[in-house]
Amino acid sequence: MAEFTLPKNSKITGGKAWPKPAGATETREFRVYRWNPDDGKNPSVDTYHVDINDCGPMVLDGLIWIKNHIDPTLTFRRSCREGVCGSCAMNIDGQNTLACTKSMHDVASGGAVKVNPLPHQPVVKDLVPDLTNFYAQYASIEPWLKTTTPTPQKEWKQSHEDREKLDGLYECILCACCSTSCPSYWWNSERFLGPAALLQATRWVKDSRDEATGERLDDLEDPFRLYRCHTIMNCAKACPKGLNPSEAIAELKLKMVERQI
Amino acid sequence: MSRPSSMRTPLGRVRNLGSSHSGTTDFWRQRLTAVAMTLLIVPVIVIVLMLIGRNQAGAAQILGSLPIAIILALFIIASAWHMKIGMQIIIEDYIHNEKLKLASVMANNFFCIAVALASIYAILKLSSGV
Repeated sequence: MAEFTLPKNSKITGGKAWPKPAGATETREFRVYRWNPDDGKNPSVDTYHVDINDCGPMVLDGLIWIKNHIDPTLTFRRSCREGVCGSCAMNIDGQNTLACTKSMHDVASGGAVKVNPLPHQPVVKDLVPDLTNFYAQYASIEPWLKTTTPTPQKEWKQSHEDREKLDGLYECILCACCSTSCPSYWWNSERFLGPAALLQATRWVKDSRDEATGERLDDLEDPFRLYRCHTIMNCAKACPKGLNPSEAIAELKLKMVERQI
Repeated sequence: MSRPSSMRTPLGRVRNLGSSHSGTTDFWRQRLTAVAMTLLIVPVIVIVLMLIGRNQAGAAQILGSLPIAIILALFIIASAWHMKIGMQIIIEDYIHNEKLKLASVMANNFFCIAVALASIYAILKLSSGV
């Protein structure tokens, strides 16, 4: 059966409450998921207080401040800090999003900023999820231009209208916020490709330059790979880039019907 | 699905047995039966209201009308088919043990066919006045 409770070794136990920073006049409470694969203990939630007059406005700024000033062992991924790389995807206040574009002020007025790793993925350490399966699913949709016609001397041409069809698809940064917010993906992540990979699949199915549309649809047509999507739309709600994977998936389903009827 | 060996590569695990090239038929039929039920539900409610308070002879008289019997039979077929597809999706979502899943899908098929046939038989019996 699908698992509705956490395994024993994943249940969260009480965490450490770190003292407020000395001399800080205004602080914001952070409750951060901690798990260390090396100490054999269950995960915990540590409480920190961030001096908001000494740090930037985003949740990622708060996490970096904690790492620099309180606890250097706190582990998380980050890189561009401007919503382009997708590294700092995590669950903040119950919503998957990017820590670098989520303002502390937008988190439930005055309450603690609750930070957890992306849901339902194996945890490597603290806020770092293991996205091996997610990346393999992306690779499985073969995200590159496939053609049989010999490559032209210049570029593959595409009209402005056809290029516009890729808007809302090509902007995906593969942060995994959508897939890890999808209940269907939680229950069947080994077989359901998930919203991110399917949005990318749509991007290539709709590309007018691609000559393998039929083969792409053949590979996707499966009760689990594609049809596990029940249009729950958590993906669209979670996407920090404002994309709509469920609409992209609906387009795929429509194309499946179109070529049969 | 049996869990693939952990020695397999991540891409090998994702590709696993490949695409089954199916699912679209069920997807289309689910929508087809949903639209059919939406169209049929109004006459069905009217028929049910007409049947309230009548004895078997009165019910048989109403169901003796061919259009009424056909509307009810079509509604039964659409809803039983829709029920079968919907329940199968739920089973596939939540039951991961392969043997239990196959047994549940089988039982679901039997149940839906039995419900549909029993209901249609009842309509035919009443409408033919036997």
